[in-house]
Amino acid sequence: MTGDRIDMTHGGGGRATADLVAQLFRRHLGNPVLDACEDGAVITSPGDRLVLSTDGHVISPLFFPGGDIGSLAVNGTVNDLAMMGARPLYLTAGFILEEGFPLADLDRIVASMGAASRAAGVEIVAGDTKVVEQGKGDGVFITTTGLGVVPAGIAPGVTGARPGMAVLLSGTIGDHGVAVLSKRENLDFETDILSDCAALNGLVAAMLAAVPDIAVLRDPTRGGLSAALNEIAQASGVGIALNEAAIPLLPGVAAACELLGLDPLNTANEGKLVAICPADKAAALLAAMQAHPLGRDAAIIGKVTDQAGMVQMTTAFGGARMVDWLQGEQLPRIC
Amino acid sequence: MRYITAFRDGTLAQGLAARIAAEADPARAYHLMEFCGGHTHAIFRYGVQDLMPPNVRFVHGPGCPVCVLPVRRLDDAIELAERHGVILATYGDMMRVPGTARHSLIRAKAAGADIRMVYSTLDALAIARDNPGRDVVFFAIGFETTTPPTAVAILQAGAEGLRNFSVFCNHVLTPAAIDHILSSPDFAPGGLGRIDGFLGPSHVSAVIGSAPYRAAVERHGKPVVIAGFEPLDVMQSVLMLIRQINEGRAEVENEYTRVVTDHGNRKAQALVNRVFNIRESFEWRGLGTVPRSALAIRPDHAAFDAEARFALSDKQSREVKSCECPAVLRGVKKPTECKLFGNGCTPETPMGACMVSSEGACAAYWSYGRMREPA
Repeated sequence: MTGDRIDMTHGGGGRATADLVAQLFRRHLGNPVLDACEDGAVITSPGDRLVLSTDGHVISPLFFPGGDIGSLAVNGTVNDLAMMGARPLYLTAGFILEEGFPLADLDRIVASMGAASRAAGVEIVAGDTKVVEQGKGDGVFITTTGLGVVPAGIAPGVTGARPGMAVLLSGTIGDHGVAVLSKRENLDFETDILSDCAALNGLVAAMLAAVPDIAVLRDPTRGGLSAALNEIAQASGVGIALNEAAIPLLPGVAAACELLGLDPLNTANEGKLVAICPADKAAALLAAMQAHPLGRDAAIIGKVTDQAGMVQMTTAFGGARMVDWLQGEQLPRIC
Repeated sequence: MRYITAFRDGTLAQGLAARIAAEADPARAYHLMEFCGGHTHAIFRYGVQDLMPPNVRFVHGPGCPVCVLPVRRLDDAIELAERHGVILATYGDMMRVPGTARHSLIRAKAAGADIRMVYSTLDALAIARDNPGRDVVFFAIGFETTTPPTAVAILQAGAEGLRNFSVFCNHVLTPAAIDHILSSPDFAPGGLGRIDGFLGPSHVSAVIGSAPYRAAVERHGKPVVIAGFEPLDVMQSVLMLIRQINEGRAEVENEYTRVVTDHGNRKAQALVNRVFNIRESFEWRGLGTVPRSALAIRPDHAAFDAEARFALSDKQSREVKSCECPAVLRGVKKPTECKLFGNGCTPETPMGACMVSSEGACAAYWSYGRMREPA
């Protein structure tokens, strides 16, 4: 491989493309299926209830405290599969690279994908690389597609919430959003908050082992906890009553949100999940979550009500308010 | 953070709620206008109304800088970006406010105008430095809180010789607005609404001090208590207002003593006076033309005044039909009394400014209070 930046030949399908695949992608992501270098991945059917999910990743900045676009691209899709109760098995990855992108950065990103996929126990079995001219991309975009298998008897889904059920959260909210914002070029501020970017399939497996009839699993990514809960309330035709004091929040995240005029409830997470289960199983589920490293701070944060579509919260102050979807983008306050 | 959570303590709130309930005379009603959108937001976000006796009601005031900017001035800003080809630097809240025919900065940007969101005037100066061949206009809005940073930007641009930088100045003044509201027939006996006292601005008062409210308080006999933006500040200030009303007093009191002094921030005031003078009158959305209620850039800084540098066209600016923002901003209608509320007008598809800004009363009702009064 020559040069230290991506140029148009890396996407041309010729020698430079082959070198990039062999010396960079396969070095970090290699496995027998990928190394076969066929036009497609041949895999043995792992079961009869398969889950397929795809996710495009366009984050800025590409590297942030606690992760990068590579780990995010793996964990994002792994988590989407896990929220369906699936055991994630395989990923494919499509890269759109911008001409001029430093190869050293690409190497770091792909190495991070390799580490994340090994940690999650999934293999990247097919991939694609295209290069766009300078100015037509933002460094690198990564789309990952994942395949997983759902064990028999497991069927969490967004329509499964019923009045009386308990709402659990696996840990602190807003860490990812604050970590990323802190590194935006026009918003530089000092914080030691790390993104929570992590694969949740291990946690989900432990939870399902303890309580197989979890009704809903959802990862509150963009739009934060408020969007996830509103999606559930709408899809299930129920309401949700939250207790603000029970929602785990790091002081540093609370302080950063305060300073920027953001609501932690609307702030993104990349390694947290919401689970809804029958009330009589809540204690068992909570114990299973807290026993896992990614659920150490888990808490029961509320319950499902029969007020269709209404997500409400008893504030720590003692009043009540709605918890609405995030409208547009979160904007820092001006006054 | 401990300093913040201390002002949101639920146990202290219950104690204050009990004292307010004991102080409030059940035989009378207390209509308290919170001037600032920041207070409106705190009242809804923390559910402060739930801790009040039924005869203590909040009337939401016009203190939302995005909301009070008249359509004409927004249309002018859009024209600067679209017709004069400038880079328009704006606070993010302005982006989605609908102008005439529901055009907006965000739509103009999508159509190719160079409009950039900034977090401070320093960002706007940086854009001017980075684009020496382009005119960069900072769309300055806001009350006395945001005025000193604009003054600093103009002085800094002068010191650096940044000839491509200018400011489209829309800064407005709080005491003039309070006086205007209390002079309005809306709040005279038999009018559409009622105000028994004001929760005075917190950040604004940090700059101007508590003294400037005295003239309006003496003229109209309504008390003002300068209140911090934390929910316990709001409750303590309500208690102070109720005491004044019960005792027949009308004074300027200061609950927010940890930040606000009688004379305010003299250094900031001096900066503002160096750069700005008072306009004879200015149009506010909702309040109409208010005398001596806004700032213009002084002639000796005219090189940085976008209004002096660019010829803005005459235009027929219009609000969205049936939008009740003006009445909501005057405090005579609740957001839920607007027929557009929830019927096409939501924070996602705002038809009026009060639904756009997080400090707007409509947005607060929609996002936090919808379960109380279904649309």
